[in-house]
Amino acid sequence: MGHEETVYEALANAHEEGHWAFGTGFDDPLAGVDTTVPDGVDHADLGAYCLMLGDDALVLAQRLTQWITNAPELEEEVAFGNIALDLLGQARLLLARAGSVDVLGRSREHATASIPDEDALAYFRDPDEFRSTALVEAPNGDFGQTIVRLLVAATVRLAVLARLRGSRDPVLAAIAAKGVNELTYHRDHAARWVLRLGDGTDESHRRAQAGVDAVWPLLADVFSPTDVERRLAAAGVAVDPAEVRAEVRDVLTTVLERATLRVPEWPADAPPRGRAGQHGPELTELLGTLQGLAREHPAATW
Amino acid sequence: MSDVTAEGGHGAVPTGPEVPVQPRRAAVRRDWPLYEVFVRGKRGLNHVHVGSLHAPDDEMAIDAARDLYTRRNEGVSIWVVRAADITASSPDEKDPLFAPSGDKVYRHPTFYEIPDDVPHM
Repeated sequence: MGHEETVYEALANAHEEGHWAFGTGFDDPLAGVDTTVPDGVDHADLGAYCLMLGDDALVLAQRLTQWITNAPELEEEVAFGNIALDLLGQARLLLARAGSVDVLGRSREHATASIPDEDALAYFRDPDEFRSTALVEAPNGDFGQTIVRLLVAATVRLAVLARLRGSRDPVLAAIAAKGVNELTYHRDHAARWVLRLGDGTDESHRRAQAGVDAVWPLLADVFSPTDVERRLAAAGVAVDPAEVRAEVRDVLTTVLERATLRVPEWPADAPPRGRAGQHGPELTELLGTLQGLAREHPAATW
Repeated sequence: MSDVTAEGGHGAVPTGPEVPVQPRRAAVRRDWPLYEVFVRGKRGLNHVHVGSLHAPDDEMAIDAARDLYTRRNEGVSIWVVRAADITASSPDEKDPLFAPSGDKVYRHPTFYEIPDDVPHM
């Protein structure tokens, strides 16, 4: 029996956190983390890399948020909201890290001085300054396609962040360690849905397969490293996305086969587009919604 | 005695012929069954009923319970159980079940002197 489980210990501990019925027990994953940039690491590269990972999280969070008030079940709507909030938290930390090494792009031309770096980067950068990939930018489609995209995106991100826990940048390592727990849940939740939709009714199978067929080509934009990623990976700071391709493929193939879904042909890697700031009109539209209020009322608080 | 089921965490709800429940919730929810959720808090010694939800099956009910009822760092363990599997006492039986214990004060351990070195009693 653990010490927390004895009656007297439990009662004696009841006063530690004041009057909260359940206790709070929240902890700051970045508390006490040294924010010094490691020797030999280029600040501009580190900031650019943080934007890549941060923008993926920010854009996918916004896509998931679009289901709020529209999800097929209230329970699943809350699940999407929770996952989006996890991703938004990751984006906030990563954009703040980019700001800490003065990678702010043109955002400061629009954002007033009182706006924190991470908000300036999120709300006042133009689409061509975003470094997210097509995988997270594509529209949601139906619930089946949304779940398949979430499975793919969470599997890729989990594989990257799991390796990033060993980064020489202590801030990236701490952000990754926090994110791994979150992404494990995102991936497993999506996988549970894909299994049920794929191996469910004729209609759910048809929609899940259509989702897979729509999402798979987006993988072409995910695994090609940019020069920034190559340099930082060589310096022990970043993860070369090409390194996670085999693991991602194994996980996705296993889930799809168990779900009785056909695994499409794996797309050939294309030169980086999203990571190079090349995006389709769907990102412009998404950012219009995300940034509209902040740009209209830059000093607004609520 | 009418049929009684636990519904929505609000205790026993008669579903017999005298209280028609139309339209049936199960049909509206496309047959997703109702689950009751029990969470054990960080310092809690037992699982406490916190609410209910609809889920397609047991495993997804755990996910939904996690997302709905442990968002504020409340829990270390979750139980879910189908509401249909709970046998609840009927409000009609309240007096025969509970009134007889009402006058038996000697069942409380209030007639002992508590030693000074026993805390938290």
